[in-house]
Amino acid sequence: MTCADFLKELTDYLDETIDSSTRAELEDHLAWCHNCYVVCNTTKKTIEIYRDSQLYELPDDLRSRLQVAILSKCTSKKKKSNT
Amino acid sequence: MEKLHPETMAIIEQRVRDAATDEMSLVRAAKGGDVSAFEQLVKRYDRNIFRIAQHITQNREDAEDVVQDAFLKAYENLEQFQGNSKFYTWLVRIAVNESLMKLRRRRSDRTVSLDEDIETEEDTMPREVADWSPNPEQLYKQGELKEILRKTIQGLPASFRTVFVLRDVEGLSTEEAAEALDLSIPAVKSRLLRARLQLRERLNKYFRQAKGGDGKK
Repeated sequence: MTCADFLKELTDYLDETIDSSTRAELEDHLAWCHNCYVVCNTTKKTIEIYRDSQLYELPDDLRSRLQVAILSKCTSKKKKSNT
Repeated sequence: MEKLHPETMAIIEQRVRDAATDEMSLVRAAKGGDVSAFEQLVKRYDRNIFRIAQHITQNREDAEDVVQDAFLKAYENLEQFQGNSKFYTWLVRIAVNESLMKLRRRRSDRTVSLDEDIETEEDTMPREVADWSPNPEQLYKQGELKEILRKTIQGLPASFRTVFVLRDVEGLSTEEAAEALDLSIPAVKSRLLRARLQLRERLNKYFRQAKGGDGKK
């Protein structure tokens, strides 16, 4: 297995959506290829950091305003469709 | 990633099934004109839709508009939702389309599309391979870290950014992301791989381990 082959499978490997024989081949490659080992670990870390980052959380006051606006539009839509 | 105990998995799967049933009954009630049932759906997903919209549009006002427009559009078109997919996946599809429209308008760029499969200079082969500090997120204060992450993901093409956000931030499956984005499964996988690798490459300069140090500049 080459490093390019490894990279092609990286997404499935990290998502654990790979069959056991391919997984074994990838882990064999990881055991001796330091570069792929580092790329694999740092890619996994990249995903974890973004997943845990809580970027763009919706503040409570804005959330309330948006909910009120959405529901009042839905209610007036409903009234129109009933008339 | 850690494997869960089969019993724990069974409990989680049961909860997922219960939530799906509950969601379908809310959708049915909303279709029948029950606005308070729709309100439950809004409260369940508004945070997710806001995050997705803000990631794609990179603009707070646009994201606020997208949240309102996407839910209103969903409400108006509930009859067309057949229940072949999850309501959330259907809602995400509406929100992504609304977000892309905003992005096109703001950039006066009609070419912004999820179909673009851009071959960039920094394609899949990593250019820099350096190990990171053991806890790279602790090298920066919370606010600084968020700014780094924001700046880094904003540099990705919209099509890569969107796939990454749906799969890795919002936790949609590959199949759900493909459905929400109207892309094939191989296309989602290809964009996801490149998004992940490009983000990793761009974060190197912030997180790599300094020789004989902790990586902090």
